[in-house]
Amino acid sequence: MGIVSPGFHGRRRSARPHLPPGQYLEKGFPVLSAGPTPRVTRDQWEFVITNEVGRRYRWTWQEFLALPGETPTVDIHCVTQWSKLDTVWQGVSLDVLLADVETSADFAVAYSYGGYTTNLPLDDLLDGRAWVVHRFDGNELDPEHGGPARLLVPHLYFWKSAKWVRGIRLLSEDEPGFWEAAGYHERGDPWLEQRYRGD
Amino acid sequence: MTGPPREPAARRTAAARIPWRVARLAEVRDETPSARTLVLDVPQWPGHLAGQRVDVRLTAEDGYTARRSYSLAAPTDGARVVLTVQRVADGEVSPYLTQVFAVGDPVEIRGPIGGWFVWRPQDREPVLLVAGGSGIVPLMAMVRARVAAASRAPFRLAYSVRTPGDTYYSEELRHRSRADAGLDVTRIYTRATPPDWPVPPRRLGLAELSTVAWPAEFAPTCYVCGPNSFVESVADMLVALGHDPARVRTERFGPSGR
Repeated sequence: MGIVSPGFHGRRRSARPHLPPGQYLEKGFPVLSAGPTPRVTRDQWEFVITNEVGRRYRWTWQEFLALPGETPTVDIHCVTQWSKLDTVWQGVSLDVLLADVETSADFAVAYSYGGYTTNLPLDDLLDGRAWVVHRFDGNELDPEHGGPARLLVPHLYFWKSAKWVRGIRLLSEDEPGFWEAAGYHERGDPWLEQRYRGD
Repeated sequence: MTGPPREPAARRTAAARIPWRVARLAEVRDETPSARTLVLDVPQWPGHLAGQRVDVRLTAEDGYTARRSYSLAAPTDGARVVLTVQRVADGEVSPYLTQVFAVGDPVEIRGPIGGWFVWRPQDREPVLLVAGGSGIVPLMAMVRARVAAASRAPFRLAYSVRTPGDTYYSEELRHRSRADAGLDVTRIYTRATPPDWPVPPRRLGLAELSTVAWPAEFAPTCYVCGPNSFVESVADMLVALGHDPARVRTERFGPSGR
């Protein structure tokens, strides 16, 4: 326990939800982006997985929508300390997108329209824990929240869920992404409170 | 996928963890009726860049904790760390920091955090700062850092507030806009203006932004900070004016409008 702040009581809730350490419950949906919102039209959109020997697997918007979909309901946790519970998305599991991809890579870098990148161990994209989603709360995904489509990896801090995702590069060696190079943790597990480098 | 399930990737060399440090409140200044500047003494503070932020942690007597992130309002200066906190009406941490937290009281802080929304004294290119409301805080750190470093990088600041009474650092900005060579300050009032102000209240629009901003061909670095809807609108306008999106850095707070 840290030092006590004299006169601080906090706002307890009678039924406090189970949140990762240091998080608070947010009812709205804050937006965090490092730059302008890229505007990508669906007919120009593509999603590409490139394996470690350079082979490309590509989907157009129509091809992507034709893949078997899922509707995950998940809790999301932002490194800036808010959490939002029971968010409802619609999209395609990375298990589906990676099903026919030949690889023995251990690492992945997701990259986005607008230039954003984030790195993840490939394992974190597998086993029903990651999706490319195109709808939120029943509606088309707003550009501010990453539309046309964003990555959703809810078991890691939300900066790993790259907005405006354009593709994933599979790599044999880990390579830091945008925030990871700027001092954030390379994995970002909210339950272990891996916020910043060295946590 | 081919091959068996993999073990989770091994952690590479462990970097030093950013520690929580005990800060003590040395001084307060009220900027507006709902915003207070907190000057903290933080022994062993490692220094920071203008634009960075800290996490603040409050602990109640029974161990309950709450924490939030706040932008640093001034450049690095030994053990002195300066924050300006806007009170959020139904907030949990900001009412304490702006109304209860007293000179001499301790608080825990962790930082500095953030390596993108920063200005470095060695940066020489023109800088455009666009602030909405309390988004002025990290941008004021940049304005102050420029002076502290005797930088000659040309700065333009556009600062949008609802009313004159909502202006942070009012006197200092008035003084600096005259005294700091190479700093231009433009104020925008969206609800009410000072008496005799030449234009009615209005939002920062494309025509005005194109006058205030450096031309895109000067390739300024643009820093935009404020509520999300403000930042979204300004960043879109800068891109429409021809600025390279990679040179437009944003820091947003609050939810989307939808």
